[in-house]
Amino acid sequence: MKFHCCCLTGLLLFAGLALALRAQDGRREREPKEKESVYAELEKVPEKDRQKRNPLAKDPDAVAAGAVLFEEHCEECHGSGGMGGKKAPSLRAAEVQNAPPGAIFWILTNGVVRKKMPVWSKLPEPQRWQLVSYIKSLGMAPAGSDPQARP
Amino acid sequence: MFFLRVKSFRLFALSVPAVLLTSLAWLGSAILLHAQENPYIVAYDHNLEEPGSLEIEYFSNLGTERGGPGFHAFWGEFEYGVTAWWTTELYLTGQTTLDESTVFTGIRWENRIRPLKREHFINPVLYFEYENKNGADKTMKEVEGHDVESDYLVPNAIARQETVHELEFKLILSRNYKGWNFTENTIASKNLSNVPWEFGYALGASRPLALKGAAHRCNFCLQHFIAGVEMYGGLGDRYSFGLHDTSHYLAPGLVWNLPSGWTFRIEPTFGLNGNSHQFLLRWGAAYEISGFGRNVRSVFKGRD
Repeated sequence: MKFHCCCLTGLLLFAGLALALRAQDGRREREPKEKESVYAELEKVPEKDRQKRNPLAKDPDAVAAGAVLFEEHCEECHGSGGMGGKKAPSLRAAEVQNAPPGAIFWILTNGVVRKKMPVWSKLPEPQRWQLVSYIKSLGMAPAGSDPQARP
Repeated sequence: MFFLRVKSFRLFALSVPAVLLTSLAWLGSAILLHAQENPYIVAYDHNLEEPGSLEIEYFSNLGTERGGPGFHAFWGEFEYGVTAWWTTELYLTGQTTLDESTVFTGIRWENRIRPLKREHFINPVLYFEYENKNGADKTMKEVEGHDVESDYLVPNAIARQETVHELEFKLILSRNYKGWNFTENTIASKNLSNVPWEFGYALGASRPLALKGAAHRCNFCLQHFIAGVEMYGGLGDRYSFGLHDTSHYLAPGLVWNLPSGWTFRIEPTFGLNGNSHQFLLRWGAAYEISGFGRNVRSVFKGRD
């Protein structure tokens, strides 16, 4: 019995390790492609969701509240002021800033789990719209200031 | 003698969390991140750990028993987001039984995998866990089969001699809707020592006290508090499926997600039938370290 348990434990640990390594390798292989296609996810948003309007667009506190939420949840990956970081792209790129608020909201809600963007549906809808308000308020970054574009 | 034991139990009960919390505070001085956790301690929802983040958690389960001494079960969890769709977690568990002893009760390794790419009406998560524990385990991280209060009356010296290797599977079905989270877990577990499959369930519902975020950084804003309730219990085993000789619990809970990355939970738990413990007090503290995976990789690679 002990032998079987040891075998099973070993097998489980091996399977876990193999999965972890596969996930890491997969990430490495996909990285260059991801950078190209990460904004393409915005194009995949269903039309019905793209049309959604930000119910907090006229809320004077939405941008400030979104900034606090951004600092708490998003800055680690997307960098200060959404300028982009090592883990995630700039949110001040034209693709994001020109995207309709509904598309950004949809990406927040659904994530892009195969490309490391977590699902943020655990944040209540008003908080996700506050984040959208903040992201849209950032505006486009001046040319050449995207850290991902640097060598 | 009894007084000394009570005192040492209390000292132990206080010292373990104190040491852990101090260590976490030291970690916390270096790295900041905000967690957004639901108040469940037994039930799981479909919200996984962010990729590369490590959450270190400490939990306590204080209980009284009819016909036996009180106990304090405790466990540490190391929860890591491998990817946005896979979270893995290692548990170390132990317990102190009043007038008896303090024992290490085992380890658990769990994995949660989200098979669907997008958010749906109901979101499934597949859960599988391997447990290597002894019979003295009182964490009650899940209630299954014919688990009843009297099972926990076996003295530590005897119970710890029983070794349990168990595989546990859960189907987690969860939904976030208008600020609410609703979740249902179906549990099937198999003790590898020729014991029949056992079944259990857990249900949960929770909601933040405020849905909108505050326009300034604050610790006590209502958005950081999430209240909820969970209900869980056993459903018998393969040969006697059903509610007879099973225990069931109802547990209202509250979680406080601080912007600094700390999370505190408290959950008074009430037994719903004669087979259940009458009252359990569960609480926990957690700290999330963002970018942990990246930092570890950079140590070995020299740069990210």
